[in-house]
Amino acid sequence: MILLFIVFCPLLAALVILLGAPARTTAMAAAALTLLASVAAFIGFDGADKGFSYVTSLPISAEWRLNFTLGVDGLSLIMVLLTAIVTLAAVWFADPTRGHPEPAKTARDLTHGESRTATTGTINSEGARSFGALRQPQDDTLGTRGFYACLLFIAAGALGAFASIDMFFFYAFHELALIPTFLLIGIWGSGNRYTAAWKITIYLATGSFILLLGLIMLYRSVPEAARSFDMRVLQAAASAGQISAEAQRPIYLLLLIGFGILISLFPFHTWAPEAYASAPAPAAMLHAGVLKKFGLYGLLRIAVPMLPEGARHWAWLLIILLLGNIIYVGLVTIAQKRLDWMLGYSSVMHMGYIFLGIASGNVLGINGAAILIFAHGLSIALLFAIAGEVRNRTGSLLLEDLGGLGKVMPLAGLAFGLGAFASIGLPGFANFSAEAMVFFGAFRSGFDMNGFHIFQVATVLALWGVVISAVYMLRAYRATFMGTMPDRWAGLPDIGGKLRVPIVLLVAALLWIGFFPQTFVRVLTPTFQSYFTAK
Amino acid sequence: MTGAPLLEIAVVLLGLTVLLVEAFATTIDKRSLAIASIVGLAAVLVATFFLPSPPPAEATGFWSFYTADSLAIFFKRFALVTTILVLIMMIDYAPIVRQTIHGATHQAGLGEFFAIPLFTCAGLMWMASAVDFVMIFVSLEVVTMSFYVLVAFTRRNPASLEAGVKYLILSALSTGFLVYGITWIFGVTGETNLARITAALSAANVERMPALFGMALVLVALGFKIAAVPFQIWVPDVYQGAPTPVTAYLSVGSKAAGFVVLLRVLEPFFILPEMQKLLVVVAALTLIYGNVAALPQTNLKRLLAYSSIAHAGYLLVGVVSLAGSAVGFYLVSYLLMTMLSFAVLIIVSAQTGDRIEDFNGLSSRAPFLSFAMLIAMASLAGIPFTAGFLGKFFIFDAAIRQHQTMLVVVGVITVACGFYYYLKVVRAMYWEPAATTGAVPVSQFSRVTIGALIAAIIFLGVYPQPVLNALRSQPVTASATR
Repeated sequence: MILLFIVFCPLLAALVILLGAPARTTAMAAAALTLLASVAAFIGFDGADKGFSYVTSLPISAEWRLNFTLGVDGLSLIMVLLTAIVTLAAVWFADPTRGHPEPAKTARDLTHGESRTATTGTINSEGARSFGALRQPQDDTLGTRGFYACLLFIAAGALGAFASIDMFFFYAFHELALIPTFLLIGIWGSGNRYTAAWKITIYLATGSFILLLGLIMLYRSVPEAARSFDMRVLQAAASAGQISAEAQRPIYLLLLIGFGILISLFPFHTWAPEAYASAPAPAAMLHAGVLKKFGLYGLLRIAVPMLPEGARHWAWLLIILLLGNIIYVGLVTIAQKRLDWMLGYSSVMHMGYIFLGIASGNVLGINGAAILIFAHGLSIALLFAIAGEVRNRTGSLLLEDLGGLGKVMPLAGLAFGLGAFASIGLPGFANFSAEAMVFFGAFRSGFDMNGFHIFQVATVLALWGVVISAVYMLRAYRATFMGTMPDRWAGLPDIGGKLRVPIVLLVAALLWIGFFPQTFVRVLTPTFQSYFTAK
Repeated sequence: MTGAPLLEIAVVLLGLTVLLVEAFATTIDKRSLAIASIVGLAAVLVATFFLPSPPPAEATGFWSFYTADSLAIFFKRFALVTTILVLIMMIDYAPIVRQTIHGATHQAGLGEFFAIPLFTCAGLMWMASAVDFVMIFVSLEVVTMSFYVLVAFTRRNPASLEAGVKYLILSALSTGFLVYGITWIFGVTGETNLARITAALSAANVERMPALFGMALVLVALGFKIAAVPFQIWVPDVYQGAPTPVTAYLSVGSKAAGFVVLLRVLEPFFILPEMQKLLVVVAALTLIYGNVAALPQTNLKRLLAYSSIAHAGYLLVGVVSLAGSAVGFYLVSYLLMTMLSFAVLIIVSAQTGDRIEDFNGLSSRAPFLSFAMLIAMASLAGIPFTAGFLGKFFIFDAAIRQHQTMLVVVGVITVACGFYYYLKVVRAMYWEPAATTGAVPVSQFSRVTIGALIAAIIFLGVYPQPVLNALRSQPVTASATR
């Protein structure tokens, strides 16, 4: 029942907001309640139990063996927790009065280039006198309500996908975010928002349908008696060897491409930086932090355990692509001249490590991948939030326009710095413990191609990615918060007041897992061990 | 012959009554005729749930050309629901009809406008039951004749006249093909009853080529009805020119009836492997043409015309994959989402127009209508939790089951195209500034209908079982599982 509450609380809140409830208050309440419920579910979860907990099931169609089943194990619980934290932070940072409050006014002529600079120019030059007034009590226009409703729909979609045991609803819930994302970027986005919105929508829709084919083929590949959308049943059939090797290879490839497009696997990554750069900060936080993780979760939940032969067969391909993510996209990230694009590319690049962990094929590496999903979701959300606040104040995220902002916005500088350090993988943050596990796991992977230990080579190369991410993160940090400050930024207000709460929330979670990764390893290991011992 | 055949008789009588009242009661508000028709059809719809069970499979006498199996009953209900929705739209459309008809009174022509769909409906219901080529031909003509009148109804509008002429000529041509095809099939098998044709074709000494040729000619005619490539040329112009409720009727009613007949007619012929290959090609071409040609459209009616070709493609994939229930479910979802988008289109275009840019900024002028359109477009594009997604899901599942790899690949690519052009409408409504201000008036009746359609789309998108149950135990599914 607690899962029903977690999934439907944001969904109902979104509907209530659309029908006229006070937008921000309702959204905050719903996000906070969801987080509380998720934490309660986590505390109440018995880590030693290998199966799913909190299972609720409603029959939908007997002839398709389709049920609406919610339930969590350690892996999905961590994803639910991540979603709940990021949702609360995103709603907290949400501010639809910025950007294009009236989507109508600016339309065509601002399609290209720096529309945001043009519209918010007044704010920059006059400093931030009116800033405090703009921030808190917001007018409850239809536009504002739409903004919060879209955010909550995305959150509900992610929560539903992570909490579903049934493959059909796992897929369907994820798609719930598609239209809200299209609207959020198109209406409240900045920069080249029209192109960005089209690109992300078409890419994700295509990826989703490729994925759908893979899932249907998986459903069809098990014998009639075991055919079900229930992942537990499918898992049992796969463990019993009922999915033939010939069937696994094409299905795994479809899933890899389908999920890969959603995760921004190289070379299907080009939608991501543009969309994240154009999206309003809360949408970018939710999308980069949570929604993109749906694909990784899907690989961990379906592809790895059910299609081991497919995974082995295509390991070489995945290695090449993930190195593309880490090395090629990493170098591209260094070349970025805008803070938001840099963050967008960095989020693409970090997917490479998670792929490495997933591909490693042992409990250690996969544990690392799962924790890295969590850690990366929090750190990228924090970075996008701060970048969004900087953009709200300066109107520009061109690195050459910025500089020395640490003087006027020390808290923002500190928060961004913590996010950047976490993202690089400094010890003490969750990212470090996760990446360490991923690298050790991958290096230890026994997989070899004709005596050639491809994973060891890949790990060695991937480690250079840490250097690359240090280069771009520290450069961006210096260019934004250090150095000499242009005079026009002198009056900018710092991030203050209640916005400290979500920052503290995100950083605290990062540090907690950084120092006590065992909190998660404890609940993850039983799930992953069952993947590799059953065979 | 009690039971099912009475339904059509009731509908025809209803139509005649409306016509008579229309002729003699000149002073009443003609819209009350539409209300009366809707109530009458609703009564017939209720009656379909209390039919006596059909006679045993022994097909003799009357039952050799008329069937009341679950497929037939299902599509009778389908036709009734479609007609009711079209009549509701016609009430909203009445002012435009008045403008484009000469007449002594300001209500001239409205009575016929509300009465003719009843005869179309009877034709569609007969088509659903037809299991004999003669019956198929006659009922098809009843439908087509009434559409001749309806398409050209707003006769002061040149576009409508042009649409009428195009529809008349091409439809007559396709009828010619149908009759000629039937002649060939009759020549080979000596039968017009579909069941007996099946038996005749499976005999060892039958000549296959002439039968196949005859079937190909029949396919031409049916391809015209369902708007399959290469018989789709008429669709955009006719859909754009016809009065909008008639367009909706054409794209749902006519298409659905075409698919019922296709499912019935193809069943005997699927024992010939060439038939399936031919249909695979037609399905792939229809998918590609419909979706690609829809991309650059700027007029919403025309866009929906191409989208109806595209959906014919998905339905054909279902037909090729022998998935009768998938086709049935898809048609239901298609009915709901197409009717919803046309209902909104009629209300909005009465104020601004039917180009996509006329929808600019609709979200700020009419939040409810734009939300309805959003749901309709999401469902047409195939987003989960809408009926349209489940329709595509069942179709793709059937295609994968039958290893129609080529169709599946084409299908996925065209789905991506679909997202672009359907979301173009969403973009206009939500991103663009409004050219005009002021709320769009929506009558209470339409509001309830639109609300019901939205609810139905989402309900069936989550819980498809009622429709699947209604479609179960029908001949086509039986053949699919063998």
